[in-house]
Amino acid sequence: MKRLLARHETYIFGIIVVFSIIITAINPNFLTLENAFDILKSNAFTGIMAIGVLFVLISGGIDISFAATATIAEYLTVLICLRVGGSMLFAFFSALVIGIILGAVNGYLIDRFAVPPIITTIATMNLYYGLLIVFSKGRWIYALPQYFRTFADIRVITLYTAEGLPYGLSIVTALWFVLMVLSAGLLFYTRLGRSIYAVGGDAISAKRVGVSVKMVRIFVYAFMGAMASVAGIVQALLVQAVAPNSIVGKELNVIAAVVLGGASLAGGVGTVSGMFLGVMLLAIVQNGMTLMRVPAVWYDVFVGLVILFSVGSSSWKVKKEKVGTFIDIEPLSPPMVQEGGR
Amino acid sequence: MRPLRLEKKETSVLVGIMILVIIIMVLANPGTFLTYTNMKGMAYQLPELGILTLAMMVVMISGGINLSIIATANMAGIVAAIILKSQPGSPSVAFLLALGACLGVSSAIGLLNGVLVAFVEMPPILATLGTMTLFNGISIVITKGYVISGFSPAVLYIGNGMLLGIPFPLLIFLLAAIVMSIFLRKTRTGFSLFMIGSNAMATKFSGINNMAVLIRTYLVSGIYSGIAALVMISRFNSAKSGYGDSYLLITILAAVLGGVKSEGGFGNVSGVVIALITLQVLSSGFNLLRVSSFLTTAIWGFIMIAVMVTNFLIENRKTRGAT
Repeated sequence: MKRLLARHETYIFGIIVVFSIIITAINPNFLTLENAFDILKSNAFTGIMAIGVLFVLISGGIDISFAATATIAEYLTVLICLRVGGSMLFAFFSALVIGIILGAVNGYLIDRFAVPPIITTIATMNLYYGLLIVFSKGRWIYALPQYFRTFADIRVITLYTAEGLPYGLSIVTALWFVLMVLSAGLLFYTRLGRSIYAVGGDAISAKRVGVSVKMVRIFVYAFMGAMASVAGIVQALLVQAVAPNSIVGKELNVIAAVVLGGASLAGGVGTVSGMFLGVMLLAIVQNGMTLMRVPAVWYDVFVGLVILFSVGSSSWKVKKEKVGTFIDIEPLSPPMVQEGGR
Repeated sequence: MRPLRLEKKETSVLVGIMILVIIIMVLANPGTFLTYTNMKGMAYQLPELGILTLAMMVVMISGGINLSIIATANMAGIVAAIILKSQPGSPSVAFLLALGACLGVSSAIGLLNGVLVAFVEMPPILATLGTMTLFNGISIVITKGYVISGFSPAVLYIGNGMLLGIPFPLLIFLLAAIVMSIFLRKTRTGFSLFMIGSNAMATKFSGINNMAVLIRTYLVSGIYSGIAALVMISRFNSAKSGYGDSYLLITILAAVLGGVKSEGGFGNVSGVVIALITLQVLSSGFNLLRVSSFLTTAIWGFIMIAVMVTNFLIENRKTRGAT
């Protein structure tokens, strides 16, 4: 119980429960399976990118370019599918190849030339996105292949409303969940996964115990690219159109969601379950505001406050704990303890 | 001694790139680049990004980052715009009030960032991501997403006027750059700032009040965002949430291109000014060639990578030579 309370996930879960109670009290439609499935479907896109971001953050890096990668993978794949035909499986495969290549370029630059990840990925973001807009001329694609439509309508679980309308768990949500389970397994039960934590915790120590820091770095950015490309296809499935400018600009929101879930920007810390809760927290704030009829203009205000209070309180806790250990090490007489306590 | 020399080397690489870019653009645009119109255009465009880059640079030297500069500028600009529109009768009173409110709002946001980073000890990227989202939100709530436009000639002069043949915004930028340079080189806070960026723990134990220095740093960053806000609302003749959003990551690029280390501890104003001129020459030159502005962005990204790789190789050769 004590260990459960000490976990970051418990706090985030608590906040989600409080929000859910408030929203449900105002609009009971919130706590229905239909709404839950809806949230899970519309946030699968953010959620899948968040998996990649989680890996990068655990390794001690950061990626700003993934939204550009997602868009390029989405755009090129749909173009290829329209020109030469294909299937859904081919679409995912083609997107993955593009995503992995673009991601690996980041990893290589960061590792080989010791360029700080934030700088590298801002630079590649501008490079990738600029080239995409130049070559696509900013044109939208509306006519997606037929299998994009049929695939998006697949439901893993189908239920019916009182009026007899079908609803259920979308294939897109199922895909997100499968990817989360696989990633959690990879992080916890494989050598590679543990190496990612090791590199994020202390790259030099990791190197000394025989971890190939280079391989880990290239892997996490390539993995980020892979997740971004899958998210790109999911976006195309959800929206049934491809816009070259619809994803770029959302990268900081995704990073915020992952950090809300307890991942540290300093590296070495983070879990898939925390990441899921972080994504859900922001999703529920947005969905709840719609259900409570709060004008959409307030959304950013709430998200900003959630970030500041959530991250602020955990930073404050860490600061207080640091002061605590300081007093423990140096036992002082009571009046001086107060001085030391500052 | 070594880091100092390294910095000089980086500046000379930077000057080399700038000269190269200028030569290429002059040759590519014979008769159009070296004209008064083009020079004037560049002089009016550079200050916006320039002042914002200075706002970003000062926190980067401390080892932090300020993602809220654009949100701060828009928020301050909107407050100023509302005041300007609410008192159409007395333009000069409105102007002074708006000026004060603009700098007041931006200082307050800067102070809030400083407290969050230095006192609450939030990671700078998250604290400023939070304030960025919050103040973007408040801006949208205040304006409901609409544009506030149409200001008096005095306001328009800030961004579009000319003094002694020099565009007024350029004068503001030069003054801002000189003041920033003095702040970084000649003041106690400025000096401590570099030390905090290099080693915050050592700085603390050498008797410097890290918290006070960091709060002042974010305050300065906020004030500079406020100055940028004045230039922005004047140049656009309007204020709106979301103006200049794409500048945010570009300011980081410009600062790093100018030799500011994203880990903190290094950077000087002259390097940043050279980097800004380089970026502006590229963008104006390509514009004359009718190249898409997005290709310019792509090339900025590419140059950034090229410069970082070159610096790495130079540094690497040097250390290998030393051992």
